[in-house]
Amino acid sequence: MANSKSAYSFAGKKQKPDTHIIVVWVDNEAGVLARVVGLFSGRGYNIESLAVAEVDQKQNISRITIVTTGTPQVVNQIKLQLKKLVPVHKVADFKREDKNVIFKEMALFKFVANNGKLNKAFEACKNFNPVILDKTNKSNVIQITALRREIDSMSKNLKKFGLVSVSRTGAVAMTRGSEIFK
Amino acid sequence: MPKFYSGAEIVFKCLEDQNVSHIFGYPGGAVLPIYDELKNFNSIKHILVRHEQGAGHAAEGYARSTGKPGVLLVTSGPGATNAVTALTDAYMDSVPLVCITGQVPTHLIGTDAFQECDTTGITRPCTKHNWLVKDVNDLAEIMHKAFEVATTGRPGPVLVDIPKDIQFQKSKYKNFKNNKKLNGKSHNNYSQKNIDELINLISKAKKPIFYTGGGVINSGTKASELLRELVYTTGFPITSTLQGLGCFPADDNQFLGMLGMHGTYEANNAMYSCDLMINVGARFDDRITGKIDEFSPKSKKVHIDIDPSSINKNVKVDLAIVGDIKSVLTTTLKTFKKSKKNFSKSNKSQISNWWEQIQKWRSKRSLDYIGSEETIKPQYAIERLYELTKDKDTYITTEVGQHQMWAAQHYKFNKPNRWMTSGGLGTMGYGLPAAVGVQIAHPKKLVIDIAGEASVLMTMQEMSTAVQYNLPIKIFILNNEYMGMVRQWQELLHDKNYSESYTAALPDFVKMAEAYGCVGIRAKTPEELDDKIIEMLNTDRPVIFDCLVDKQENCFPMIPSGKPHNQMLLGPKDQKEKKITGKGRTLV
Repeated sequence: MANSKSAYSFAGKKQKPDTHIIVVWVDNEAGVLARVVGLFSGRGYNIESLAVAEVDQKQNISRITIVTTGTPQVVNQIKLQLKKLVPVHKVADFKREDKNVIFKEMALFKFVANNGKLNKAFEACKNFNPVILDKTNKSNVIQITALRREIDSMSKNLKKFGLVSVSRTGAVAMTRGSEIFK
Repeated sequence: MPKFYSGAEIVFKCLEDQNVSHIFGYPGGAVLPIYDELKNFNSIKHILVRHEQGAGHAAEGYARSTGKPGVLLVTSGPGATNAVTALTDAYMDSVPLVCITGQVPTHLIGTDAFQECDTTGITRPCTKHNWLVKDVNDLAEIMHKAFEVATTGRPGPVLVDIPKDIQFQKSKYKNFKNNKKLNGKSHNNYSQKNIDELINLISKAKKPIFYTGGGVINSGTKASELLRELVYTTGFPITSTLQGLGCFPADDNQFLGMLGMHGTYEANNAMYSCDLMINVGARFDDRITGKIDEFSPKSKKVHIDIDPSSINKNVKVDLAIVGDIKSVLTTTLKTFKKSKKNFSKSNKSQISNWWEQIQKWRSKRSLDYIGSEETIKPQYAIERLYELTKDKDTYITTEVGQHQMWAAQHYKFNKPNRWMTSGGLGTMGYGLPAAVGVQIAHPKKLVIDIAGEASVLMTMQEMSTAVQYNLPIKIFILNNEYMGMVRQWQELLHDKNYSESYTAALPDFVKMAEAYGCVGIRAKTPEELDDKIIEMLNTDRPVIFDCLVDKQENCFPMIPSGKPHNQMLLGPKDQKEKKITGKGRTLV
């Protein structure tokens, strides 16, 4: 591209991207999610998953958990740009490999199969805190909580037991131990 | 019993409490209640523009020449969308604007009502923050918050969208106390240790340079004074970005001129070769850095900026100082005087080789051009304009293109807030309405819009505004019949295929001036240029000055895209000596 006829310079060296979990505490007001998400799309950042809900009803604070990939420079920009938004209170950033942080996603699986297969399905889920939420004589709905890649592989492997529908949340995160993020 | 005010009244009460004296606007259905209240507030003067984009740029010109926020008032739908260009422009160049838009009544929002648009949705990426007022009881607080967000930290535009029913509804108004509390986003976030580190770097540097930008101007006139003091104390060379022009006197020997794509040879080479770069309120824009991987490879970089997200965005720096320039420079100077009393003496020999090198680069005289006796060279026109106006406290605005770069290169600014140009967004049509705003703020001063004939046609209708309010702005058009910068890039990069860059049917600007009810002057030869400029300066009315210049002239020096600072393209004089062939030039 060195001879490209461009009024702009060319992309320089690229750093290696990492997966990060960004946690944002925001005022729960109209349009706040659009501001956060618009910042990501407008500046070309990735969103792999997103989880958001109000966590403090008194002060109207929502907690947004975003899984994103980017080079160290991009992740740093994401944090700094988020902090500039008026309704944003604080921003935390964890690497996915971070041992001090718990990451969890929840998934709902619907199986339609005979009783033998349904039992096998439940058995296969047993490492991921399975809960049967609904059961008929030819179907059931199982809730599991696990890591993203675990749910990925489960939803692939469970096809043979009659998995017909998957619904899953984005990741939520919390630090281990007694400390909280200020 | 407390008094109740309508939403429209509250808008004006807030503007009064914020000491707003002028608003730029255009009425329409969804803001009529606000316009109806205008008559009851004598301290606020409304300037009727001819297009909402003009209102925005005029407010920008007002803001940049005064340091106060600019205010515009437009209607819903097309009023709001027309203002978007100006809001984006202000966002890119960190200009404090408060835009008040009307909106369809609350119960019609979301029904595709007449002149409805999702104003807060559209303007979310081009404002620092925006609000849709859904309850009249929130209006006053939101209005004051809007001013606070626009003017604190890195300044920028904000927008308040007020539905028509809210403008009619009534609420109490508590008097506003102007407490200087920040909006919870801290701005000064540096320590004495940072400053000590900076001073340590300064005292060790052998090839230092100051690289200053618009942040100095946004920090107030005091910041420019402090910068001058620091530059004189250190004896270091200083270069400025397009937006920073004026914060250091351009005719001073320590000033190397503007840097970047069309910056001087000495400024760009000094940036490339320095061992210490002190960035004060600039943002490593791509027009400045050129090829990032080869940008100033051997230097320690210091970045002083109020916006933490500007640090390490484009260029990795060694020392970041997050804070208001004024505050950082005050602390730096204080520490400097304490710890390095005799610095300027001991430092002179340490950087004398560096200054010698800079003088060598300077001797290239990279802004020189080949003069002519038949046609007016655009650079010559700017030079003459500068010579004939330099004793007046002149305010210059520009449009975007070659004329803008020539103005930046050849007009010498000695004071901050005298130079209003669209740098980040590069908005053609900025200069004329901006000049209107500047003249409103400074009625007795000389205000000149250095323009190109293509740019100025984009917002020409604002001449009508200038005539209505007797604003004696001077529109100095360098008329080469081309979109000059487009033509230049086509010549250098697209094998001289001048695709659509020639304007075949230009209006007669002199007759046009007369049609608007102002004065038209035309200069055709270098010989008559001075007399005509003097005629323009002596006219106490708006003037359109049609300066017919060389059609082929290019803007040099220039860093071609994707090249580092030390590979500049110099002007035709130098090219002849170096025998750079036409082929070599099209390859860059």
